Amino acid sequence: MLSVFNSINNAFCNTLGISSYMQGVVVLMCINIIAVLGMSVLTGFTRLFSFGNAGFMSIGAYTAAILTVRYDVNFLVAIILGAIAAGFVAFCLGSITLRLKGDYFLITCLGFGECVRVLFNWTKNLTGGSAGFPGIPAYSNMLFSVVCCILAFFIAWRFIHSKYGRNLTSIRENEVAAQAVGINAFRTKRLSFVFSAIYAGWAGAIYAGYLMYIVPSAFNLGKSCELITTTVIGGLGSLTGSVLGAILVTVLPEVFRSMANYRMLLYGIAVVLVIMFKPSGLYGYKEFSLKRTIAWFRNIGKGKGKPAAAEGKEDK
Amino acid sequence: MFFQQLITGISVGGIYALLATGYSLIYSLLDFSNWSHGEFAMVGAYVAIVFSTMLPFPFLVAAMLGVAGGALVSWLTEKVVYRRIRSTGGPNMFLMIGAMGLSSVFQQAANLIFTGQYRSYPFKLPVSTIKIAGAYIGVLDLISLIITAVVLIFLMYIINKTQFGLNVRGIACNQWGAKILGVKVDSCISKVFILAGCLAGVAGILYGAKYNVWPTMGNIGLKAFISSVLGGLGSVPGAILGAVLLGIIETLVSAYVSSSLRDFFSFALLIVILLVKPSGLLGVDVQDKA
Repeated sequence: MLSVFNSINNAFCNTLGISSYMQGVVVLMCINIIAVLGMSVLTGFTRLFSFGNAGFMSIGAYTAAILTVRYDVNFLVAIILGAIAAGFVAFCLGSITLRLKGDYFLITCLGFGECVRVLFNWTKNLTGGSAGFPGIPAYSNMLFSVVCCILAFFIAWRFIHSKYGRNLTSIRENEVAAQAVGINAFRTKRLSFVFSAIYAGWAGAIYAGYLMYIVPSAFNLGKSCELITTTVIGGLGSLTGSVLGAILVTVLPEVFRSMANYRMLLYGIAVVLVIMFKPSGLYGYKEFSLKRTIAWFRNIGKGKGKPAAAEGKEDK
Repeated sequence: MFFQQLITGISVGGIYALLATGYSLIYSLLDFSNWSHGEFAMVGAYVAIVFSTMLPFPFLVAAMLGVAGGALVSWLTEKVVYRRIRSTGGPNMFLMIGAMGLSSVFQQAANLIFTGQYRSYPFKLPVSTIKIAGAYIGVLDLISLIITAVVLIFLMYIINKTQFGLNVRGIACNQWGAKILGVKVDSCISKVFILAGCLAGVAGILYGAKYNVWPTMGNIGLKAFISSVLGGLGSVPGAILGAVLLGIIETLVSAYVSSSLRDFFSFALLIVILLVKPSGLLGVDVQDKA
């Protein structure tokens, strides 16, 4: 099945003339988008802050890798199981830590992420330790990643615009008031946490199939920070903003290859500036809509202000 | 052997305590975790490196300048970044995100300026030892312990006995109340950041002398956070107690269990503490603080 799948992808890319370098960029972009969407649901819509999502990514990646390599499991099943494993761990962790507020939750996430990394480094028989886990079949081709990415966006969109999604937003705006109208804050937060972990695990599983080789240090604290950074730059409380952020953060370093060393420095500066001057990010608290964009362009011609800002409140 | 490990543990814990107290002070005033706090230690350590190895200054002068550097950077972050974020009235999460961004800015800047290379101070103290009660104890450990003790006693004096300390405790208790009674809140917060930066600078230089100086050494800020949670977030004596305990536990784990599992144990300890007694050893009313 895998070989058939890969040849379809190759035929597709050959007809469109997409080079293997471009394919790689697109796959990385899709991985980032999926992980950032999870982060966006947690940070942008629930206002919970997690430094542990790289840990969930590594759980997804290692589960998928071990299942495909050691037990010859079909890669689709392995990816789903990887995402579920991450979600399950998040459920257990969330059950005990989400009763704590603010900083305490955050620091347990951070501790958890570091614990996972140290554990995967230490269990040499299962994960290969710090030397890495080689030989993962290359199942993440471009077509597959793009399909996953679109599916992920669609599910996240439906989730955010469902009853559960509105519960999340109400908790973000005012937790006490949300509880007063009968929303179980703890369960809703846990749902959001599990959702973001599943997305992280999903992204991690695709990442494993793309690189074919994973090391625990790829999922360190820096990776978690990068996810949060991307979410903030893209815009809190907006799925399309997060996608935009993820695309920017993946594509810009490829365009400005010579500046590669300054990448993380510039991200840091960008985050500080965004949070100081425009905390909603590039596209915060509103979703991209064609109608509004066209209206905005028309108004540029007329020289009026920005109507989008006034309309944008509907999603808040 | 055990005694030896204990002394090492307490001296490492002392360094954590220097960071944890500053961290706790800022938390008690502003209710946010200053993620870039560990970076002030890194800045202090690098300033001391620059003045003692690249420029011909005696080490003591360089160390003083390092402490001043840590304080300056800490003060600047408050003046330029945090005050601005606070004035917009957003949720505390924005302060934390800003701090996270700052931390990555400092780390990357250090990486670009000084490269990832490990650097050390120009003296041979780390290897020399003296024999006390049958155990070989590093001279540096002892010196670091003494400096830490002096600095912390001085800090406790400031917090508990001076007018400034009273103001700080007042703001921590109720910011509006303190403002109404005529406490200059913003200038007080600035001073606390300077104080915390000084403490971090001392910690950075001691840590750098004991191990080395490298761009991501600011990650010991995490240990400071664990210590303050262990002792009770927002409580200064709690932070000291938690830090010393953490230092001892870490040293014993790396000596008797496995040095690669050291961080695992510290983080696991953190999670256990949060589950069993989220208010920490000396903290009170966690629901209010958290």
